[in-house]
Amino acid sequence: MRIPHAHITLTVNGEPTEVAFAPYKTLLEVLREDLNLCGTKHGCELGECGACAVLLDGQPVLSCLVLGVECEGRRVTTVEGLASEGRLHPLQETFADLGAAQCGYCTPGILVTAKALLDEHPRPTRDQIRDALSGNLCRCTGYQQIFEAVEAAIAVEVPVADGRRSVLDTREHSARGPSEREDASEASGGGAPRALKNAASASGVGVGPHAK
Amino acid sequence: MAATSFKTIGKPRRRVDGRAKVTGQTKFADDLMLPRMVHCKLLRSTLPHARVVRIDASRALAHPGVHLVMTGRDFPIPYGILPVSQDEHALAIDRVRFVGDPVAAVIARDELTAFDALDLIDVEYEPLRTFADPEESLTHSTPRIHDYGDAGNIHKIVSLGFGDVEQAFADADHVFEDTFFYQGSTHLPIEQHAAVAAKDPDGKLVLWSSTQTPHYVHRALAKALAIPAAHVRVIATPNGGGFGGKSDPFNHEVVIAKAAMLLDRPVKICLTREEVFYCHRGRHPVLMHFKTGVKRDGTITGLHVKTLLDGGAYGSYGVASTFYTGALQTVTYHIPTYHFQGCRVFTNKPPCGPKRGHGTPQSRFGQEIQLDKIAETLSLDPAELRLRIVERPDTLTANYLRIGTIGLAECIRRVTHAADWSSTYRKLPPGHGVGIACSSYLSGAGLPIYWNDMPHSGVQLKLDRSGGVTAFCGATEIGQGSDDVLVACVAEILGIDPIDIRAVTGDTDLTPVDLGSYSSRVTLMMGNAAIQAAERARDLLAEAVASKINVPKDRLVFAERRVFDAENPATGVAFSDAVCLAETMFGTIGTTGSYTPPRSAAKFKGGGVGPSPTYSYSAAIVEVTVEPSTGWIDVPRVWIAHDIGRALNPTLVRGQVEGSVYMALGEALMEEQTFRRLPPRLSHALVHKFPSMLEYKSPTTMDMPDVITELVEAPDPRGPFGAKEVGQGPLLPVMPAVANAVYDAIGVRIDEVPITPEKILKALDAKAAGKTPRYGPSRFPDIAWPETLQVPPPWEGGDGTAVNDQRRSVPDTRERHGASASAPGVGPRRYEKVGPRER
Ligand code: FES
Ligand code: FES
Repeated sequence: MRIPHAHITLTVNGEPTEVAFAPYKTLLEVLREDLNLCGTKHGCELGECGACAVLLDGQPVLSCLVLGVECEGRRVTTVEGLASEGRLHPLQETFADLGAAQCGYCTPGILVTAKALLDEHPRPTRDQIRDALSGNLCRCTGYQQIFEAVEAAIAVEVPVADGRRSVLDTREHSARGPSEREDASEASGGGAPRALKNAASASGVGVGPHAK
Repeated sequence: MAATSFKTIGKPRRRVDGRAKVTGQTKFADDLMLPRMVHCKLLRSTLPHARVVRIDASRALAHPGVHLVMTGRDFPIPYGILPVSQDEHALAIDRVRFVGDPVAAVIARDELTAFDALDLIDVEYEPLRTFADPEESLTHSTPRIHDYGDAGNIHKIVSLGFGDVEQAFADADHVFEDTFFYQGSTHLPIEQHAAVAAKDPDGKLVLWSSTQTPHYVHRALAKALAIPAAHVRVIATPNGGGFGGKSDPFNHEVVIAKAAMLLDRPVKICLTREEVFYCHRGRHPVLMHFKTGVKRDGTITGLHVKTLLDGGAYGSYGVASTFYTGALQTVTYHIPTYHFQGCRVFTNKPPCGPKRGHGTPQSRFGQEIQLDKIAETLSLDPAELRLRIVERPDTLTANYLRIGTIGLAECIRRVTHAADWSSTYRKLPPGHGVGIACSSYLSGAGLPIYWNDMPHSGVQLKLDRSGGVTAFCGATEIGQGSDDVLVACVAEILGIDPIDIRAVTGDTDLTPVDLGSYSSRVTLMMGNAAIQAAERARDLLAEAVASKINVPKDRLVFAERRVFDAENPATGVAFSDAVCLAETMFGTIGTTGSYTPPRSAAKFKGGGVGPSPTYSYSAAIVEVTVEPSTGWIDVPRVWIAHDIGRALNPTLVRGQVEGSVYMALGEALMEEQTFRRLPPRLSHALVHKFPSMLEYKSPTTMDMPDVITELVEAPDPRGPFGAKEVGQGPLLPVMPAVANAVYDAIGVRIDEVPITPEKILKALDAKAAGKTPRYGPSRFPDIAWPETLQVPPPWEGGDGTAVNDQRRSVPDTRERHGASASAPGVGPRRYEKVGPRER
């Protein structure tokens, strides 16, 4: 027996969108299967892993626990919507540069959750970052490079004039081999590591896309 | 070539696939959506052990939207990862061996329809005795779970002797005996296994799958479906985490491959999380006994290790896992005499297999805790004890493993310095403690899984007139960064930027064979192959450029996308021009490189497991706080030093170290793959206790401590640019270091993992009652071990062969071609190879 499709209008990554789908489908399924936005992942479809996180009206939600029909008229942001005007979001830059995405499977969910955090708290502490991401399981990284990438994204977004830890400070306590040390000393004349440079150039310090 | 310092190697860099991953563009298997695609669901056994009497699928087949229903009859040919354990069928033929064993498959227009139709398949079972734990399998030889194996329900039993351990114990000042238990755990990749199969326009089979081993899946599909291998293409999609859990050919891959060929439509399957728990192939639960003789100064005189592995329902990598529980003890510390006895039994649970560290974390746990006890008895600092007994570089161990460079002493020094060990060990207030442990791991298995003399990894390069280079390799990106290693090695040799190179990997039609992402083999093996291919390309370009600009070939430098004269850097050509010159001189420019590990010195039966081109080393110090009233354990900090040889991309290396520490803490403190009986009024079936991510506890951001990583870089000439492995080794020392830290904090020994508050409270109760302040297994069962193969160690004039193996004189060809060893009626003491060949 086929059930008649539901039909809704919503805003997906800033674009008005119409979509028809089987009414039992979750937002996760609608995004992946009906809107072809496969950047959003799933690890359980039971609300346990955080891989499917998206922003619904700016708030992180687990899209496997939201029905598509609940999204009429609402705003959905997925990983595909983080970059704007051809520029990656600072979080995307720092995640790519600092090893925060290994297999990359948890990454879309973590990126949107971190974006929601920064939107609300532009300068979160390490504990606030831990707390915000506590529902996102990552099996690869041990989370440390994720924390550092979020902190680096803060550093490129707000001027570092108040003595708060910048990217460089953050990276310092993580020990590294001689070659990396060498590189750090080489780079010290030239300033920031690539992550910082890229991110800074991508966002323009202080005017990142999510300042919108 | 003139010497240059590295431009790419050793620099922290964005990985080549980094942008794809942060933009959500990496295409995982479940992200593939093909026109006319239909969906598959598997009906899985609800009983742990039963004969399948009858299957009636007629109602399911009549269900609207169902295209095909398949059962075991559609898959008569068995397969399995090891040539000696071809014991799996895509769907059960007449027997199910664990709850979750696939019985039938439905292919329908969508997942929901397929799922609904599963309910319409009627299966009649005749229950058989369930074997829930290894001791039952040891004591009851019937019914046999499989009709092959060394005896009854024993899959594999081995006894290897290297020198006279009994004499060594007699010569020792102290002999220590301890029993440990290491609970099983699962990989829990965030990506559930998924695959898509299709018949390509030429009528040939294509399978995209989240697999770590496309080459072995290729072989298994060709065999199980009786299709010429040349007509099968396997593409490994980037894995959303593997950790060993995607290294076997899986039922669902074989099922959808056949369905796609029958239906001539793409067929997709994505397992549910619950199914992933039941697929498992994870850490074997291992009971073990360690007996070690030591002199007063800490010198080890001999070691005798016994292990009992709970294998679950199928062979998987189990024969190799069994040997791995005894292979690497000799690689860290000098052990002059060694006796290893290992036994793997079948039980009616999901099959165990390789998980990060494959078979070695269990026995490493026992060895490193026992060393802590030895140090205490000898009144030695445990770090100092280890420094005294560290094995020497470039040696052959008692069991014929050839060690390359060894940075273990430096790891111990770095980590004790960073953690301020001398002012914390045994000096922290009650409830606070620190513990140390060390380890070693392979940089790639020295022998392939099936008998052959071909290379283990191949790389092809195609150089384009544009200056772009494409690198083809069968290696599989599972998140570890193998594409980045491939590109970095080529970029360094050719003096171009990594972004100029495209990696095409993990595709059996397009890429030369690489055996797969397991045994920490990819960086070393693929890296060496990539360097060889790139050097061959560089030679062609150098010859063409040398004649063009009239400079001796060996004065040319490849750097900054140019080829130029070292003595006069302004004289040179752009890299793209160099390619054009070479193409003019030689024709189309393509080169290959390959890597074959050195021959193993171990020639005895079973010596195929353990050899590696070189070994990595790690040392860890873990800090804990333990709350004595609740037993609650907190880990605020972990210091870890890893002997990597050379860090090709330090950002990724650090990620592997931290990820290993994370996974290790999960195993040390919370993760358990355990089972329970349903109540008798239900089926009494043996089921997973908690097949969900919520209840199967794994560390979250809130649990993860600060990790302070030290990389020890002493380049090993056997590795690419001196690199050794990092993906698995750093996991190994953490579990025993946690146990040793708990002892330092509250004076009780927890001789098993996971170390839970409950066990700590029980140990504290025992202590309060004046009993042994310990929680752990009390005995190792009596096992009827076979006659020990006696292999005199190198220092007793041995040549790597066993002195009492008469069968060695008969050349064995049985499994050269991967012949099945699953023939029924094979007797218990049959001579069988262990998967990897012997030399
Ligand atoms: S897929 Fe939604 S939380 Fe796991
Ligand atoms: S990067 Fe693999 S799960 Fe997070």
